[in-house]
Amino acid sequence: MLALIFAHVLVLIAVGSVIFHFWSPWWWTEVASNWGGMDDTILLTFWITGVVFVAICFFMAYCVWKFRYQKNRRSDYNPENKKLEFHLTWLTAVGVAALLAPGLIVWNDYVTVPKNAVKIEVLAYQWDWKYRLPGEDGILGKTDINLVNDENPFGLIQGDKNGMDDLLVDGNELHLQINKPVKFELRSLDVLHNFYVPQFRGKMDIVPGMITYYWIEPTRTGDFEILCAEYCGTGHYAMRGRVFVDEKNDYDNWMAKQITFEKFLAKNSKEKIKTIKLAKN
Amino acid sequence: MHDDNEYKIEAKSDNVSDVGTFESVTTSDVDYLPPKEIPDQDLYHSHSWWTTYVFSQDAKYIGIQYAFTAIGTGLLGLILSWLMRMQIAFPGLGLLEPAAYYQFVTMHGMIMVVYLLTALFLGGFGNLLIPLMCGSRDMAFPYVNMLSYWMFLIAVIVLLASFFVPGGPTGAGWTLYPPQAITAGTAGSNAGITLMLISLVLFVAGFTMGGLNYIVTTLQYRTQGMTLMRLPLTVWGIFTATVLAMFAFPALLVGCIMMTLDNVLGTSFFMPTIISMGEKLGTEGGSPILFQHLFWFFGHPEVYIVALPAFGIVSDLISIHSRKTIFGYRMMVWAIVGIGALSFFVWAHHMYVSGMSPWFGYFFATTTLIIAVPTAIKVYNWILTLWKGNIQLTLPMLFALAFVVTFVNGGLTGIFLGNVTVDVPLSDTYFVVAHFHMVMGIAPILVIFGAIYHWFPLITGRMLDEGMGRIHFWVTFIGSYLIYFPMHYQGFVGVPRRYFEIYDSPYMSVSGLSLNAFITVAALIVGATQLLFLYNLIFSARAGKKAEKNPWKANSLEWLTPEMPPGHGNFGKELPKVYRWAYDFGVPGAKEDYIPQTTPPSAVVGSKVEKS
Repeated sequence: MLALIFAHVLVLIAVGSVIFHFWSPWWWTEVASNWGGMDDTILLTFWITGVVFVAICFFMAYCVWKFRYQKNRRSDYNPENKKLEFHLTWLTAVGVAALLAPGLIVWNDYVTVPKNAVKIEVLAYQWDWKYRLPGEDGILGKTDINLVNDENPFGLIQGDKNGMDDLLVDGNELHLQINKPVKFELRSLDVLHNFYVPQFRGKMDIVPGMITYYWIEPTRTGDFEILCAEYCGTGHYAMRGRVFVDEKNDYDNWMAKQITFEKFLAKNSKEKIKTIKLAKN
Repeated sequence: MHDDNEYKIEAKSDNVSDVGTFESVTTSDVDYLPPKEIPDQDLYHSHSWWTTYVFSQDAKYIGIQYAFTAIGTGLLGLILSWLMRMQIAFPGLGLLEPAAYYQFVTMHGMIMVVYLLTALFLGGFGNLLIPLMCGSRDMAFPYVNMLSYWMFLIAVIVLLASFFVPGGPTGAGWTLYPPQAITAGTAGSNAGITLMLISLVLFVAGFTMGGLNYIVTTLQYRTQGMTLMRLPLTVWGIFTATVLAMFAFPALLVGCIMMTLDNVLGTSFFMPTIISMGEKLGTEGGSPILFQHLFWFFGHPEVYIVALPAFGIVSDLISIHSRKTIFGYRMMVWAIVGIGALSFFVWAHHMYVSGMSPWFGYFFATTTLIIAVPTAIKVYNWILTLWKGNIQLTLPMLFALAFVVTFVNGGLTGIFLGNVTVDVPLSDTYFVVAHFHMVMGIAPILVIFGAIYHWFPLITGRMLDEGMGRIHFWVTFIGSYLIYFPMHYQGFVGVPRRYFEIYDSPYMSVSGLSLNAFITVAALIVGATQLLFLYNLIFSARAGKKAEKNPWKANSLEWLTPEMPPGHGNFGKELPKVYRWAYDFGVPGAKEDYIPQTTPPSAVVGSKVEKS
């Protein structure tokens, strides 16, 4: 009786898991970048491993029922079967290689940034985001963490020509242009973070003391949430931002509103003079 | 277990004569065993209650001490997980502050991985089973073995003390990644993390003392005739895991020491220039990624330090309760050793998106998927052992089979995460949480339960209650599957792990609230059922059904002691002699369906033994 129940439970677990998979409303939202290949490798892995899981559950269920204990029966005596073990080994090796190969191909794309990718700096700190875009020269200016302060939030080196025209984004909302590859250059002021937009699929830790990167190409317009995906202290769960993928016109309008580092400095010193005047008054 | 020493089992080095012949040589040629090479050990005899039961040097008692301490600490880990799950599913209750939530996450993880699983498998089952299964009177160095337990206990006390220091325990996540582990934005970044690091250092020191014993005893104090290839797979699993631990724990030790220095003395091993909360710290030039390499150089073998003993034990349970030889014993041994060796070449698969050179990804994805091959072989051999067996669905067997299902599930999702591209979208999400709980939380715990139901009569002389055991089994097995299987789908959605609040966000197409509530309710029920198990332990130890000798009709030496539970010195006057492996079940021509390891060939003349 127990054997019968247990065998049924094993079958139920296998079948139930498959049913849950099809019934479940919880699934990823449509990809919004060029990394649909990642979804494909997940699906490939899912179906191959899924078949293996179901097969093993069924096999066990059959054994538990068919070879249930009987007092007068002896088990088969078969300590080794080299041929069977050999075949199972190479079959598994082939299966594993079949999963690995496509994975490595997509990984190769992921770590090879296209030359025309626009560089965008993402600056993470506990617990918010800042962004910097290159000016017309397309080059992000050099920075130094020792220069970071309220008047120079990115620690740009003053006088560096490449940096003076960089656009400093006000607030934690970023805009991207559809179908234009971007390379996120990731910087942190304090601890580890991770710049993650679920619909973009890509991910990379942000490590203080170095610049990490990854690239994407947005493929559909929309408004997406940015999450920090590497634990960064008590406020980790609240470290969220927004990214908008725009058509070219909208993107240009947004760009036009951003101010350069040069103007930012000038504005700051004006405000400083104002405050000094106010203080004198 | 009584401590009066009726047998004179002091070492007699004159037992071994110079020409190498043993005193009691068997006359029959078929029963010939090569002579002993190493004289019997000196056995320590305790003379007081304190030295027998408290500062015990008897491995069996030390094992039980380890087990009690580990399970007690694990209970705290369980309660912490309840509180976390309540917070995630029912944030409206306002049960926890974010800082407390992260502190509980951290302590839950560290307690379960290190202070429960590692301590219970190696300190608990290692001490109980290695001497008994190898046929020796005790561990090689009983005094050091005793110290090992007391160091472990101090480590636990230091860990628990961190709940009571200013700032509370560390909330850095069990991986303790710097810089956040020691900067202001994380709870317990001063006293809490320091105590955690000290506790780990003590644990490693204590573990090393025990580990030396497990290794030396297995290598040197096997009884006459017990070749390495006759050892039960349980011993192989624990032995290999201990060797791994000896190589892996030093990396953790170094990481802990360096981080303590960074925290206390302001060095910069792991600390670059940092502006923390608007204030520049005085650190410069250190590498946060270096810590991750050290941590995972320990951390990945650690997975196998827990898994290999489970593999070994479950192989024995499946073979004994199927009344069938384990299929492919030699392949099983080599798979254990192979997995152990490979486990040192895969650590950076935890770091695909850590910012390390992306070129590492190719290497570590390849090694990680290679390790799937010996692991798969083990699964095949377990299920092929069932084929044409005579399967008794005893409680230990139910748990063993539940382990196979759970482990296969968790192992297969490991192929997702090990394959570098697939890992990118899934890493740091609930998919990872579901995967590692399935594969190294639930799966090993199921083996521990199976092992306790199996060896409880050896420890107490009584059987655990079957009815309570059945309830415990069904709720734990099905309940934990219901907790963790759906959790993978949260990972597919992209829900990040370590979020104090998982409110519905635009990236979720469907609300996750109901799923979270379901998982939490299941976790509460499964957790509560463990209390029934603890009650069963206490109840059955006092009033359980008396066990007959060798109740499962097993072949290995621990059941063949003159008394059960085994007394001081384990084997009475003379150590057993071993003539065969532990898996002679269903041998054609033999009278019984099992042949104990001590049965000489002359006693089973008609049998057709293929491997011994």
